[in-house]
Amino acid sequence: MTAPPTDIETPAPPPSQVLLSNGKGGSRRGDKVFSGLSKGSGITLLLIMAAIAAFLAYRASIALADNEGNFLTTFEWDANSIPPKFGIAVLAFGTVVSSVVAMVIAVPIAVGIALFITHYAPRRLAAPIAYVIDLLAAVPSIVYGLWGALFLVPHLVGTYEWLDRYLGWTVVLSFDGTAPRSLMTAGILLAVMILPIITNVSREVFAQTPRLQEEAALALGATRWEVIRMTVLPFGRSGVISASMLGLGRALGETMAVATVLSPSALLSAEILQAGGGTFAQNIAASFGESGQFGRDALIASGLVLFVITLLVNGAARLIIARRKEYSGANA
Amino acid sequence: MKSQSKIRYRTAAGILALSSALVLSACGSDDNSDSGDDKAKGGDKSSAAAGGEIKCGGSGELLASGASSQDNAVQQWVADYQAACPDVTVNYKPVGSGAGIEEFLNGQTAFAGSDSALEPEEVEKSKEVCSGGQGINLPMVGGPVAIAYHLEGVDELVLDAETLANVFNGEIKQWNDDAIAKLNPDAKLPDTKIQPVHRSDESGTTENFTAYLNTVVKDAWPDEADKKWPIEGGQAATGSAGVSSQVKQTDGAISYMEISHAESNELSTVKLDTGAAEPVEATVENASQAIAVGKRVGQAPDMALELDYATKEDGAYPITLVTYEIACDKGNKQESLDAVKSFLAYTASEAGQQSIVDVGYAPLPADMAAEVAKTVDTLS
Repeated sequence: MTAPPTDIETPAPPPSQVLLSNGKGGSRRGDKVFSGLSKGSGITLLLIMAAIAAFLAYRASIALADNEGNFLTTFEWDANSIPPKFGIAVLAFGTVVSSVVAMVIAVPIAVGIALFITHYAPRRLAAPIAYVIDLLAAVPSIVYGLWGALFLVPHLVGTYEWLDRYLGWTVVLSFDGTAPRSLMTAGILLAVMILPIITNVSREVFAQTPRLQEEAALALGATRWEVIRMTVLPFGRSGVISASMLGLGRALGETMAVATVLSPSALLSAEILQAGGGTFAQNIAASFGESGQFGRDALIASGLVLFVITLLVNGAARLIIARRKEYSGANA
Repeated sequence: MKSQSKIRYRTAAGILALSSALVLSACGSDDNSDSGDDKAKGGDKSSAAAGGEIKCGGSGELLASGASSQDNAVQQWVADYQAACPDVTVNYKPVGSGAGIEEFLNGQTAFAGSDSALEPEEVEKSKEVCSGGQGINLPMVGGPVAIAYHLEGVDELVLDAETLANVFNGEIKQWNDDAIAKLNPDAKLPDTKIQPVHRSDESGTTENFTAYLNTVVKDAWPDEADKKWPIEGGQAATGSAGVSSQVKQTDGAISYMEISHAESNELSTVKLDTGAAEPVEATVENASQAIAVGKRVGQAPDMALELDYATKEDGAYPITLVTYEIACDKGNKQESLDAVKSFLAYTASEAGQQSIVDVGYAPLPADMAAEVAKTVDTLS
């Protein structure tokens, strides 16, 4: 997650600086102070992360020691019953599925909006659109939750029935007409919530495309779409991936909005339009209040899994970006 | 240039409109809480009239915690009591029954509110914190658990325990099912899918409802009473507020909740065919009646009750929640004893019991309330 502090420890001093520091002793001291400060910040961050991980692992181990079920494969979450029996199968499935749905919907739309703002929209339209997208990020998640539960859920019935009519045979998209408080609905809501962050970062990256490249492509007779395909998208690819991972991070950890929209149950089902399922964050929010000490430790164990999943996702994203760096020109 | 600055003005105006809308809506929510306070203050005034009944005692902070189901009642009492006795600050945290009992047994609070009476091992443990005595259950608040539904065109509905169990376990799927039609010969039942909604969080309300079904119709409902909903699948929502709003927005939905939530969402409630002469409606009076026919299982001074879910008494609504205040009979902490006695004496008094009717709770039957008051007087 964090770059090891050794990277920034001793940058070779440029010649001009060496000359300057020969004249005055003060600037060398400044370098030392600055280097110490940045090293300290880097180490602090590592310590904080380690402390979080240690806390989660310690509390989780207490609960896991007494768990009667299999933590990974048990469906139900009965941490407060005697004997306690709980597992994360349904939660992990729900977290991943709702986030994937959100990504599938949000990423293409976000890239589209970002391209529109940077390359298609007339100036007078681009700024307000960008601004409104920014505002979406400022809406508190509980407000999204209320909007989702009171507006989105009733209005999705028609869409789901349409999906069921034409795609119901896939099982994944079958729907029986009950209130659609499902993983799909949660995913759609999450898509709206992560749209601004992906759009903004992508927009910034697209706007950085070297003008010379674009103009060269135009000069060769490329259409605007060809320019985007040949210069903007390759240049922005790693940026868009990073932006998507930022969005995914929010989707994985979103709590209140999902808790408000979802109808939780201990069922693991591929029918993602049907009510049911659950996510880590939603389960923690819903179960924390009535949990005793042990139940809370169990919830913390589930939080630890979410923590690990997030780390894995971030690591994977870094790998992808590192591999593509040389083509992207992002470092140019 | 001009058009650009115009746009700026427009965006500015837009932002202004949006932000003012946000600010206004924030005010709106403030107003709501204010009006809640106002209500409480209204309660103050009415209690000031009945203030003669409140005998103040002790001073300082009185800490208590427990069931969230009785939170509104306790807040009403606290408002009444505080107006008469400014020396005592009552602080009730609605953390849930289990956590409330835990805090009481750890000696953190002076009394606990709970949906269920102390278990034998909890009584055993209470002897540590009550030196020379033990924890006792004092029934204090009752309330009907209403079965609320949303079905276009049907304002009155009668169900019995067996139909109810089959609706909630998924055996009966359509509103025009024969079993429902037989109980409601006059109603025009539509061909709508039944969508039963249950609580997704653990709750005393769920425990009460499942206890009723399990007691009265064991065959249709074999699952034992539990705070956690025993059947997988189906619609679920968090809290009584979540469940009731879910029912309100879905045609064909049915769920169980405290009566105040059904009333505030203007939902129709089911009349129960208990075998009494008339189907029984979920009202605070009928809930009081059910408490009155309940059996006392605690030995004096403990007053734990066992409700008769299968009662056929006229006008007794059997799905009724009784919540207790749990305190030590002997060995209460000296610094809080006077305040506990004075506060609980008010809650058990006639004025105290009548004060919570407006917020959707059922008063205890008069003789039971009198006995609770007498027991409170003997606390030491």
